Amino acid sequence: MSQNATVRKGFLGSRLRLRERMRDRDQAIYGILLIAVLLFPMASMFATGGSTAYISQAAHAGTWVLLAIGLNVVVGFAGLLDLGYAAFFAIGAYTYAFFASTQLGSTPLQHSYHLPFFVMMFLGLIIAAAAGATLGFPTLRLRGDYLAIVTLGFGEIVPQLSYNLPQWTGGINAIGGIDQPWLPAWITGPWAGANSISVLQNSTCRNPLDQSHFIPCFSFAFDPVAFYVLIVFLIIVAVILVTNLYRSRLGRAWMAIREDEVAAAAMGINTVTTKLLAFAIGASFSGFAGAYYGAIFDLVSPDDFLFVVSITVLVMIVLGGMGNIPGVIVGALVIYFVLNTLLPSLASTAESLANTLGMGFLVAQNGDWPGIYAEVQRMQFLIFGLILVLIILLRPQGLFPSRIREQELKHSAVQTEASAVEEGARA
Amino acid sequence: MSVIDFFFYLIGAAAIFLLLVFEVIPYPSQFAQITVFGLADGAMYALVALGYTMVYGIIELINFAHGDVFTLGAYIGAAILGLFAYDRNSFATVNLIALIIVFPLVMLIMGGINVTIERVAYRPLRNAPRLAPLITAIGMSFVLEGIMFLWHGPASVQFPDILPHGPGFSATVGGVFVTFKDGFVVVTAIILVILLAIFINRTKLGKAMRATAQDRDAAQLMGIDINRTIAATFFIGALLAGAGGLIWGLYFNNLFYNLGFRTGLIAFTSAVFGGIGNIPGAALGGVLIGLISAYSDSYIGSKWTEVVIFGILIGVLVFRPTGLLGMRVPEK
Repeated sequence: MSQNATVRKGFLGSRLRLRERMRDRDQAIYGILLIAVLLFPMASMFATGGSTAYISQAAHAGTWVLLAIGLNVVVGFAGLLDLGYAAFFAIGAYTYAFFASTQLGSTPLQHSYHLPFFVMMFLGLIIAAAAGATLGFPTLRLRGDYLAIVTLGFGEIVPQLSYNLPQWTGGINAIGGIDQPWLPAWITGPWAGANSISVLQNSTCRNPLDQSHFIPCFSFAFDPVAFYVLIVFLIIVAVILVTNLYRSRLGRAWMAIREDEVAAAAMGINTVTTKLLAFAIGASFSGFAGAYYGAIFDLVSPDDFLFVVSITVLVMIVLGGMGNIPGVIVGALVIYFVLNTLLPSLASTAESLANTLGMGFLVAQNGDWPGIYAEVQRMQFLIFGLILVLIILLRPQGLFPSRIREQELKHSAVQTEASAVEEGARA
Repeated sequence: MSVIDFFFYLIGAAAIFLLLVFEVIPYPSQFAQITVFGLADGAMYALVALGYTMVYGIIELINFAHGDVFTLGAYIGAAILGLFAYDRNSFATVNLIALIIVFPLVMLIMGGINVTIERVAYRPLRNAPRLAPLITAIGMSFVLEGIMFLWHGPASVQFPDILPHGPGFSATVGGVFVTFKDGFVVVTAIILVILLAIFINRTKLGKAMRATAQDRDAAQLMGIDINRTIAATFFIGALLAGAGGLIWGLYFNNLFYNLGFRTGLIAFTSAVFGGIGNIPGAALGGVLIGLISAYSDSYIGSKWTEVVIFGILIGVLVFRPTGLLGMRVPEK
């Protein structure tokens, strides 16, 4: 055995070293993220004197991380370009909103359900997965660009439908007053003595099987720390599931389809089932992220599920490194930070910069010039577009590329030349 | 004829039948009115669709930014026309001069902008996997929309109404109210499409474009400069889109920064409907989609028009991806 290992050491050894390196970098990222996630609430509450604003933002960022992990399954693993991912997010959110609020009471159905969050999460997951499979089924024969356009069309149709059917979805008025997640009182834990979460006896938590009776429960009641803990738990579960998928036969089948579908089919992979599973599983992440979003945001409006959401998630995974799970998480956090903290603060930064540099005349409104604050605020869309273009031009493989992708993008030019030289030498 | 083709034509025939029975025969003049509007709309979509189809045919890229080139052309046209002291109420000579100056000017400016975009954003990624230029195109779309947002904000922009309008310039032909603007739009679009057809079929550069679209490597072997040809394709596409933007502005007199996104998707649907990469297909698809959207607006309700259009897009791509007249893209 060692003899064989020595003989093939060159090839096998380099592969092992490659795997070790890959493991090391990814494990390092996971380790850093885990420590940061555990320390973040305490650090932020310490730094801001007890305010939970940053924790609430982090919980929102967590939703995007879940979305990015899900889209990574479709685009990164299976190579199926999906530009309408926000549609599944919408489906998950609306499913939760329908079954956990008074919404269905005002529809022709006349009866509202109040199912608990943890049940609805699974229901949202299943319904979104079904929607994903439904979208995937007619698109099986399509090549990359056409698939992108079909998913884009689907992503446009879903919010349009929800605008157009106001009796069911509240239309432009959105669905509000959505139930908060709750835990039954007999599951006690660290939250039992917390200030904001106490046992609620009446009129909040309905028995899922007998909707007219209430049970004592702990309700999240808009507590940011509770939502933060929940989303971290969900992300950890998601990462474990996706990593297992990646290392399974299905994951390898996805990668085979991504690289060369014909060869994959020749190797006996059932491309139909594999693609449908990619769509369904990717959509299911979006589904339960949507349920979480409905719970934390308390308002489900079609304006939150437009094309720009799909593109933002795509940018997150492209920046992070497509196909690489820790990279995608980092990419999601970076883009969320840029979009929600950096870009909005550019305006006030520009204003104070103008003042300190002695160009105070730019600050005031002057005829057509709306003042540098408003001007920079208007530029956010433009800056987002520029970021997108620059990322692709300068580092298309993303921050933490999976090794295969890095080879594809950085060395594609070299490879074509090299193979041309080889052809010439052989001939 | 295969089963799927048959199904496709069956749906089309059923739609036409329903339309005829319920709307055309009871109210023919209303139908003709909507048809006129649909043709005008369709002419504009056709102009934009030609740009999409040419670019896809030659480098297999869906140029998401093309719809925004269309809108930017309209914005720039509005700005240039604002410099003229035109007469709003009658068709004075200064209006005519302004029109004659602004058309080629805006077309050339948009051509230059599109060539720059291609050089900066698409050419470095010509050998990259498909996802990269697609995302760059989306990014450039956002950049252009951002520029327009920065320029005029989210409010709608008034485009000067310098075409003759009013009682002297319309006619009622058989119960249908046709205005000068309708005729202008359709005639201008037809002229531009004919010029494009002549260019593609009779000139050397047009032949180079067709050759590059068919087989890029063989074209290179024949001595065709690919970079120049692709740049020329983008240039001509933008000429048409700029003209389309001006026509849109002259017809509707109302623009907003987001117009390109929706119009772009509808124009791309037209290009796909007619057969992607196929130039007469794009023109035909544009007109058909214009008609369909006009009928949908009136008979089904305008809030469902987008759903109908995207439904058509998905249906065509799934059941008949080659489109009506067949696809002309490089064969692998």
